[in-house]
Amino acid sequence: MSQAFRTEAGGLVDRGRALAFLFDGREYEGHPGDTLASALLANGVHRVSSGIRTGRPRGIFAAGVEEPNALVQIEEPFPEPMLTATTVELYDGLVARGLRGRGRLAADPDPGRYDGMYAHCDVLVIGAGPAGLAAAAVAASSGARVVVVDDQIRAGGSLLGTGEHLDWVDRVAAELAAAPEVRLLTRTTAVGYYDDNYVVAVQRRPGLPEHRARERVWRIRARRVVLATGAHERSVAFAGNDRPGVMLAGSARTYVNRYGVLPGRRAVVLTGNDSAHDAARDLAAAGVEIAAIADLRDGWAITGVAGTERVEAVTLRTPDGIERRLEADLLLVSGGWNPVGALYSQAGGRLVHDPGLAAFRPDGNCRQALEVAGAAAGSYTLGVCLAEGAAAGRRAAEAAGLEAGAIVLPEVSDPEGRPPLAVWTLPGGDPATAFVDLQRDVTVADLTRATGTGMRSAEHVKRYTTAGTAHDQGKTSGALTSGVIAELLGVEVGALGVTTFRPPFTPVSFAALAGRNRGMRFDPVRVTALHAWHEANGARFENVGQWKRPWYYPREGEDMAAAVLRECWAAREGVAMMDASTLGKIDVRGPDAAVFLDRLYTNMISTLAPGAIRYGVMCRPDGMVFDDGTVIRLAEDRFLVTTTTGNAAAVLDWMEEWLQTEWPELRVHCTSVTEQWATVALVGPDSRRVLATLAPALDVSRAGFPFMTWRDAEVAGRTARVCRISFSGELAYEINVSWWDAVALWEALLAAGAPFGITPYGTETMHVLRAEKGYPIIGQDTDGTVTPHDLGLGWAVSRKKADFIGRRSFSRTDTARPDRKQLVGLLPDAGSLLPEGSHLLTGPDETAALGHVTSSYHSAALGRTFALALVRGGRDLIGQTLWATLDDGVTPVTVTGSVLYDPEGTRRDG
Amino acid sequence: MMLIPCPWCGPRDESEFHYGGQAGVAYPADPDALSDEEWARYLFFRDNPKGPFRERWSHSAGCRRWFSLVRDTVTNEVLR
Amino acid sequence: MAERNSPLGGAADRLAAVAAATGGAVTVAEVPFLTQLNVRTRPSGDVNVLQLGPDEWLVVGSSASAVGAAVDVSAQRTTVAVGGSRVLDLLAMGCAIDLHPRVFRVGDCAQTTLAHAPVIIWRRETEFWILVRSSFAAHLADWIVDAAQEFTAGD
Repeated sequence: MSQAFRTEAGGLVDRGRALAFLFDGREYEGHPGDTLASALLANGVHRVSSGIRTGRPRGIFAAGVEEPNALVQIEEPFPEPMLTATTVELYDGLVARGLRGRGRLAADPDPGRYDGMYAHCDVLVIGAGPAGLAAAAVAASSGARVVVVDDQIRAGGSLLGTGEHLDWVDRVAAELAAAPEVRLLTRTTAVGYYDDNYVVAVQRRPGLPEHRARERVWRIRARRVVLATGAHERSVAFAGNDRPGVMLAGSARTYVNRYGVLPGRRAVVLTGNDSAHDAARDLAAAGVEIAAIADLRDGWAITGVAGTERVEAVTLRTPDGIERRLEADLLLVSGGWNPVGALYSQAGGRLVHDPGLAAFRPDGNCRQALEVAGAAAGSYTLGVCLAEGAAAGRRAAEAAGLEAGAIVLPEVSDPEGRPPLAVWTLPGGDPATAFVDLQRDVTVADLTRATGTGMRSAEHVKRYTTAGTAHDQGKTSGALTSGVIAELLGVEVGALGVTTFRPPFTPVSFAALAGRNRGMRFDPVRVTALHAWHEANGARFENVGQWKRPWYYPREGEDMAAAVLRECWAAREGVAMMDASTLGKIDVRGPDAAVFLDRLYTNMISTLAPGAIRYGVMCRPDGMVFDDGTVIRLAEDRFLVTTTTGNAAAVLDWMEEWLQTEWPELRVHCTSVTEQWATVALVGPDSRRVLATLAPALDVSRAGFPFMTWRDAEVAGRTARVCRISFSGELAYEINVSWWDAVALWEALLAAGAPFGITPYGTETMHVLRAEKGYPIIGQDTDGTVTPHDLGLGWAVSRKKADFIGRRSFSRTDTARPDRKQLVGLLPDAGSLLPEGSHLLTGPDETAALGHVTSSYHSAALGRTFALALVRGGRDLIGQTLWATLDDGVTPVTVTGSVLYDPEGTRRDG
Repeated sequence: MMLIPCPWCGPRDESEFHYGGQAGVAYPADPDALSDEEWARYLFFRDNPKGPFRERWSHSAGCRRWFSLVRDTVTNEVLR
Repeated sequence: MAERNSPLGGAADRLAAVAAATGGAVTVAEVPFLTQLNVRTRPSGDVNVLQLGPDEWLVVGSSASAVGAAVDVSAQRTTVAVGGSRVLDLLAMGCAIDLHPRVFRVGDCAQTTLAHAPVIIWRRETEFWILVRSSFAAHLADWIVDAAQEFTAGD
């Protein structure tokens, strides 16, 4: 029988269309507008899941995000674990099953698209119930920029559940949707409230084509926030309060009025406040027989619930103490209403206990620019909610310097009511079946055990029992848990307080948080002007910081080792070229530029003549190497400094920090020109002849263009700056041209070098060539604990300058001691390639390490493997044997100096 | 996500900034006049208060200017 | 001699296709080879750049510090012009600052990040010019093309 519990008429579902779905292997039908929960109830299905610890059958307990029980696993169209049936919008073809506790992640990547969007507004209204809609409408009337978020598929909030004033809701929602400066976001849950009114909300966007995002994360910065998040009903702890068929009274009312679904045929109502009476009235009007209303305020109680898979009967105790058993398939419970204070708490606000309300509510004294309106503030009558919302909207508009107009509010007359009674537990029955947290299966017995061990704080009990730590974040159980603990300890619940709320308010998928920042968009990829050429010519790439750099260029049939040997050979014996454009470049100019650089670099820069180049090392004040590079003096007051690829931004920041915070009197300006210039390193004994071909006007002779000088020249018809520097020990040039001219230069070099077998090479070959010469790479051979002296760069540390950054630290006891780790070379005795990071031991059976391998390569020039390492007192160990750890043992290595190739430097000038 | 008031660019998300630690720790005028311990105090020791803290920020994704502000380390409120 | 190559010269067709695919909701094109001169000086008040001749410009402001620096950075960044009816939504997918016309007016510029890349955003009459470091240009172009999928016409 299809939808036997659907009412004849009424509700906000589209009865004209049927949606087919599968739950626990059985076929059902529902309608657009249903949640999975309402569709299940329409088909008479109450039991959805089982208790995670007890395995007890569990049903649908609520109608919204507060649901603790009805956990489901979505199987089709794409697996999603641990959703609640009350928040899953029904769609055709949905396949789901009930879950006991944990779900299952998909084994395949999610094909869905997710994205994110920033938004800014004068007023963010969270919750589109009566208070939120009134606030939004008033704020919008001022022309303010307004964002409204609401987790339901349509605006209305509690009015959807009561069925009242829906015409007003629809009119206001339509006006908001049409207003140019208003964004009304339904199906959007505010999950996090962070510093300075930064709210993160997740929007579900079902039914869109695949190229559009199915979920969107909104990151909203609001001048003011109106929290109109409503209230959640809570239960009472009594034996058997977890049986399928036990339901929050207000939720049952929602199923009847909003979904046209009868949650049962014959109901008993247990309540301590007036709202459940309204629910009973609506259920009765829809055809549910109300067997009894047991009002706790009048001395009624419940002493037993019969039925396992479903409530079958309820035993009441009358005010006279007489027990009566009533047949019923539904037990509606209202232990009171809790203002939804999670976001308020996340914003830094405090929740205080209000005895008149019998609940915790926001204290109204949050440091952030927000206010709370309606039920979220503890105002439970419609007229007050509307008035509070409108006032909040008006104040928010005023705060934005705008004047709100008048709006039409529905006419309501708030009834006089009886004050609620807070009842946390009912006596009788087994306290191990009186549940406070249904999702974590925490009972009164568990709390009794916790307080019995001496725990006095709600936070401690929470951690001990796990109450409130499930993915429902204790929405229905938090206040109840505090109430029961207070009762057990004999203290006021207000003095005990509630536990802290943390984001997210509802579970958020990792896919949504990642958005489009995945794969290649996780972090920007930086490329050089020559990237397309490298790709077209088969380069393998290496990531260096955000850059993609050519690693090596394998030819047909070559592996990496073979390609690198070939590239190295070309650089040592012929001519080779590399794209060095990623090096950071900073233009430093001003009358005090030389003074400035003298203070930053360990070596003397001011003595450098225009036209000349010097290698320089930078340290932190603690004396540890920070970066290195070349300094080119363009003129008396102009320098171009290069940085390592990964440190370009850090070095510029470093310069600005010292200039702005310590030496504002220096007349110096620093400008990044990293991408202004493309740089090609031309390396090898034949490089001079290749350059001469392309720069006929340039004197490239040894005497005419000496080592560590630069020339402005025309190369391949392009304006270029050529530097005679070498990072390989070979005769070499670095040719700088505009980014725009890089491809032209590169292709001209390929053509001019063809007769010499010019060979493009990548970073691996560069590393081998420099390591053979003992040139360290900052960040590979150093780790922030290495001084220039440790690297053998003591020659680059000035003894003449009065001061420079790091100098004072070189005389610290720790920095000056002789047994620091020093950079040395290693020659593996057995010819093996040592793993980088391998530990170096004094003997094959020793365990204490003297240091570790920082770089390790095959060398074409040496005809063997070699390595660089940082070794304690390493320079005193030259000639001795150490043992390097491998995956499966150790191997002997001989310690050498760090310069293994051409130590005399005979090849530098070609 | 804090909103940090850059004096030149206006308020921006904290992700646009680099944190520079405690403000007002000057580079010593004469490092050689300091003992190793005094020098180490300059290098390695900073206040870490609970409450108002005067600290440096650099608007690294914007104008790259350094500035100081007072932030409450408990609430992240920028006090001045 | 080979021509000059701009950072997004190879992506021109892909960028042009966005306008067609989105029915004009998003338009995107590189504006290559612009002259860009980075001037470091500190004038205050009303600052203007006067053209004195075909190759001479004068920065005028009150109490300008005499010492400054002018550095050619023409190739340091390229320019991506983005426009269309949904351009604000497109930019909001990757830029955290408020570009609403009440706040960010025609002629305003901001140095910030877009799609995690450092950029200068400049609002012009009908479109935004995004000045992006040349090495990030391909990333930004890919990001824009991908983001524009959301505005594909016809659904």
